[in-house]
Amino acid sequence: MKIKWWHIGLLACLAVACLSPLASSSPDGLERVAENKGFIDLGQEAPFQVIADYVFPGIGNEALATILAGLIGTLILFGIVYSISWLIKSRKKEAA
Amino acid sequence: MHIPDGFLNVATVATTCVISAGGVGNAVRVANQKLGEKHVPLMGILVAFIFAAQMLNFPIAGGTSGHLIGAALAAILLGPWASVLIMSCVLIAQCLIFQDGGLLALGANIFNMGIVASFSGYYLYRLATSFLGGDRRGKLIGGFVAAWGSVFLASIVCAIELAVSGASPLGVVLPAMAGLHALIGIGEGLITGAVLSLVLATRPDLIQLQKV
Repeated sequence: MKIKWWHIGLLACLAVACLSPLASSSPDGLERVAENKGFIDLGQEAPFQVIADYVFPGIGNEALATILAGLIGTLILFGIVYSISWLIKSRKKEAA
Repeated sequence: MHIPDGFLNVATVATTCVISAGGVGNAVRVANQKLGEKHVPLMGILVAFIFAAQMLNFPIAGGTSGHLIGAALAAILLGPWASVLIMSCVLIAQCLIFQDGGLLALGANIFNMGIVASFSGYYLYRLATSFLGGDRRGKLIGGFVAAWGSVFLASIVCAIELAVSGASPLGVVLPAMAGLHALIGIGEGLITGAVLSLVLATRPDLIQLQKV
């Protein structure tokens, strides 16, 4: 199989996901404003949790759990959007 | 800038849901007309990159962090409607799988970081490159300006939603949100410029694709 540009691109995205434990854990812009202006307590927890806060459940090492969450999300989104785009493109070809 | 549930009132939740549903529906329609074979891998790579890069919060002033939105980058490379599709997929996955951004606030988050950021980024880029010229320098500065502006505008729209919902008065929340996101936007601009520079150096044809 010939290596295409996006094979390398996907590997690069997975490498970016592996950097996720290095991310700053400070609150983001909106959280900071909500804390400072006193409306952070309005926030409600999600009614269910899957991979809440990008930490894969049941793994002791938090860096590893974060990397795993990042890799899973990156692959799922690539798969879904690539498939949707491919379907849209092929359907158009049939119609033409 | 992912709004959790509880910050927005029912009227704001309902309004943004309706607008975003219409926007995503139209994005699908436009993609049906314009998306071609060459767009497919770039759609996949951009959604993967934006999700991964959004996890990398970078520190800004005063114990606060920010992260890439990515809508301007997607809109510059693929066009605003394709960018709405990409951002919606990222935001839906973040909401359903990673509990980042509320379920009821999903419409508002898609409106702010999908629709507002994609269209402002796209038209700011076109405006900037029409002044600066379409050479490498013009594209990179245009990309920085568009990315910065997309974050700044999205934060203003977010602040208006919070104020309308009664979370905080507009005179308080608007300058706070806009001020912090003026800084976060610098990070957005630098990342967008770096990726555009990489694309121009390796696959300049990708920036010439028909915009969706």
